[in-house]
Amino acid sequence: MSVPKLTIKDLHVAIEGKEILKGVNLEVKGGEIHAIMGPNGTGKSTLASALMGHPKYEVTSGSVTIDNEDLLEMEVDERARAGLFLAMQYPSEISGVTNSDFLRSALNAKRGEGNEISLMKFIRQLDKKMELLEMDESFATRYLNEGFSGGEKKRNEILQLMMLQPRIAILDEIDSGLDIDALKVVAKGVNSMRDPEFGCLIITHYQRLLNYIKPDYVHVFMQGRIVKSGGPELAERLEAEGYDWVKEELGIEDEAANPSV
Amino acid sequence: MATQLPEFSDYKYGFRDKDVSVYRSKRGLSREVVEEISRLKGEPDWMLEFRLKALEQFYKMPMPSSLNSKWFSLLPGKLDELNFDDITYYVKPSERQGRSWDEVPDEIKKTFDKLGIPEAEQKFLAGVSAQYESEVVYHNMQKELEEQGVIFCDTDTAVKEYPELLKEYFGTVVPPSDNKFAALNSAVWSGGSFIYVPKGVKCEVPLQAYFRINSENMGQFERTLIIADEGSFVHYVEGCTAPIYSTDSLHSAVVEIIVKDSARCRYTTIQNWAPNIYNLVTKRAVCESHAHMEWVDGNIGSKLTMKYPAVIMKGEGGKADVLSIAVAGKNQHQDAGAKVVALAPNCTSTIISKSISKQGGKVTYRGLTSFGRNSQGSKANVKCDTLILDNESTSDTIPYNEIKNDNITLEHEATVSKVSEDQLFYLMSRGLSEDEATQMIIMGFIEPFTKELPMEYAVEMNRLIKFEMEGSIG
Repeated sequence: MSVPKLTIKDLHVAIEGKEILKGVNLEVKGGEIHAIMGPNGTGKSTLASALMGHPKYEVTSGSVTIDNEDLLEMEVDERARAGLFLAMQYPSEISGVTNSDFLRSALNAKRGEGNEISLMKFIRQLDKKMELLEMDESFATRYLNEGFSGGEKKRNEILQLMMLQPRIAILDEIDSGLDIDALKVVAKGVNSMRDPEFGCLIITHYQRLLNYIKPDYVHVFMQGRIVKSGGPELAERLEAEGYDWVKEELGIEDEAANPSV
Repeated sequence: MATQLPEFSDYKYGFRDKDVSVYRSKRGLSREVVEEISRLKGEPDWMLEFRLKALEQFYKMPMPSSLNSKWFSLLPGKLDELNFDDITYYVKPSERQGRSWDEVPDEIKKTFDKLGIPEAEQKFLAGVSAQYESEVVYHNMQKELEEQGVIFCDTDTAVKEYPELLKEYFGTVVPPSDNKFAALNSAVWSGGSFIYVPKGVKCEVPLQAYFRINSENMGQFERTLIIADEGSFVHYVEGCTAPIYSTDSLHSAVVEIIVKDSARCRYTTIQNWAPNIYNLVTKRAVCESHAHMEWVDGNIGSKLTMKYPAVIMKGEGGKADVLSIAVAGKNQHQDAGAKVVALAPNCTSTIISKSISKQGGKVTYRGLTSFGRNSQGSKANVKCDTLILDNESTSDTIPYNEIKNDNITLEHEATVSKVSEDQLFYLMSRGLSEDEATQMIIMGFIEPFTKELPMEYAVEMNRLIKFEMEGSIG
């Protein structure tokens, strides 16, 4: 397999006619971990949802490719099958569908007809990964996210990530609402994915997560675009000093994507 | 993007066999037709009298409508299109009842083959009583059941062979005067199952009957009577698929169940009717003290279904569970629900109703929870959930409560939902297509129902729902 590559060029995205993303440029390749940091309301999560193709978000201009294929032309499920994964901040609850049934269907949807995973092999994989994430066996038979605590949902997102083995993953505030032990477990899961054939974009509010998942690149997001990029040291400085120095340096007064709101 | 839902002519089980019937009554209903049915069956006089009295009742009673019945408020006009003179009331498919598989005529076997009867039998069958047209042609019972003293036969046979039981119970739970369609059934009934389970006997495997209508414009009026004697247990399973016809066909069954002290009866039905069938059924059980009745009732298809499985708990500590799903598509109306009546202290009942409407279909939950003067300490819990798949489809919830005792508990919960954009997005972001994602949400929605079905029926049910839901979204 080739090295995966997600390329975002001058991406503009609107919700209900209001522009949120104002020209995002970024390239994520296999073997790399990127972190996007920034204050609330700057459009970080919009980037994540728009890349996955949520119908609420309208791409007004720009281009996104995955492995040189036009991502924006694809339906949500096609994006997934092309190798993109989004660990969501607020995963939906689906009553009556067990976690394991869902995972197996998703895995088989990706593998395609005639190439379905055998039940035994699936169970072995699932058991192994649940063990790594310190998830109780009962998670396999519980209904998808129904009645899960915030932390359980996040763990479950990482379980899906590990089972589906995407080429490029976006983790949208996967650390929010996690205590330190849960954070370590989630980080362990993500780190286990590190591979030249896996690229990752972590969207986070806090530097805390980056103590456990070392990023190769850190980007600061403000006013609907990336305003500053650097290495891991950038995250540390943001944690220590906050965002004000970035705003000052760049002459930004209001960091929000839509200051009028 | 989405594939079209199979239209009328594509109905999955809509194959038709050449008509092999030996006798077919002339169209329309009259005293002569009823007498002829009884004569052909060689029935005793008491049954003929029962039929004729019921016919008089039928003539006297008005068609159910929102105008003459509070219960039927908001009932749509579909019933007016039903013409009783245009229906054949009796078709006898073969001269005598087939005892072994070899004796069953080839044409009929072929139909069963298409429905997968022999395979089903190999698996789990305790006894097959497969109704073809109006009369049971094939009936097979495992030795163990017989040795336990369990009677499982078609009701016509029971009239001749077990007259004492029949005279004692037939028509006692659902009298002909109950409603117009019960009266009609009582006048022209044919076939159906009779089950008697002796005291203390537990039938470990379900008893199953598989039947279908196969004569154009022919009414099917089966009559089922189950008696679960003290401390016994029986699970009766009935699955239906009917072939397609160009004109409307009427199915109007009556099911009567007597659950004696501390006995338990579970009655499971899955009905998948062609879209031109009227399915107007009266199902009722009486529970004596500490008896437990469970209705598990799945309704898919038909032009109009009116069905409200009922449990009358007349003994202390009676228990009733009614679990149902209804799926209505284009030009279809599922008017279904449940009735639970507590007449004694400390009775408990649970009603769970799941309905799905799509492509302009209409689902109505119509339910009764009744607490009599003597029902202190009784509880009822009602939960109705509806999933509406598009903007043309509708649902109504019409609950009636009658409470004559202060010391009872009644909970009612109703939800109406749509498949949400976020749920679809979530599932699709994992690689499932929109159709697959929708199906998964629907399967999850009806899971409380399917998990109560015997394994092979759960598989069948899932297949049916998948088939029904193809292309419902988008």
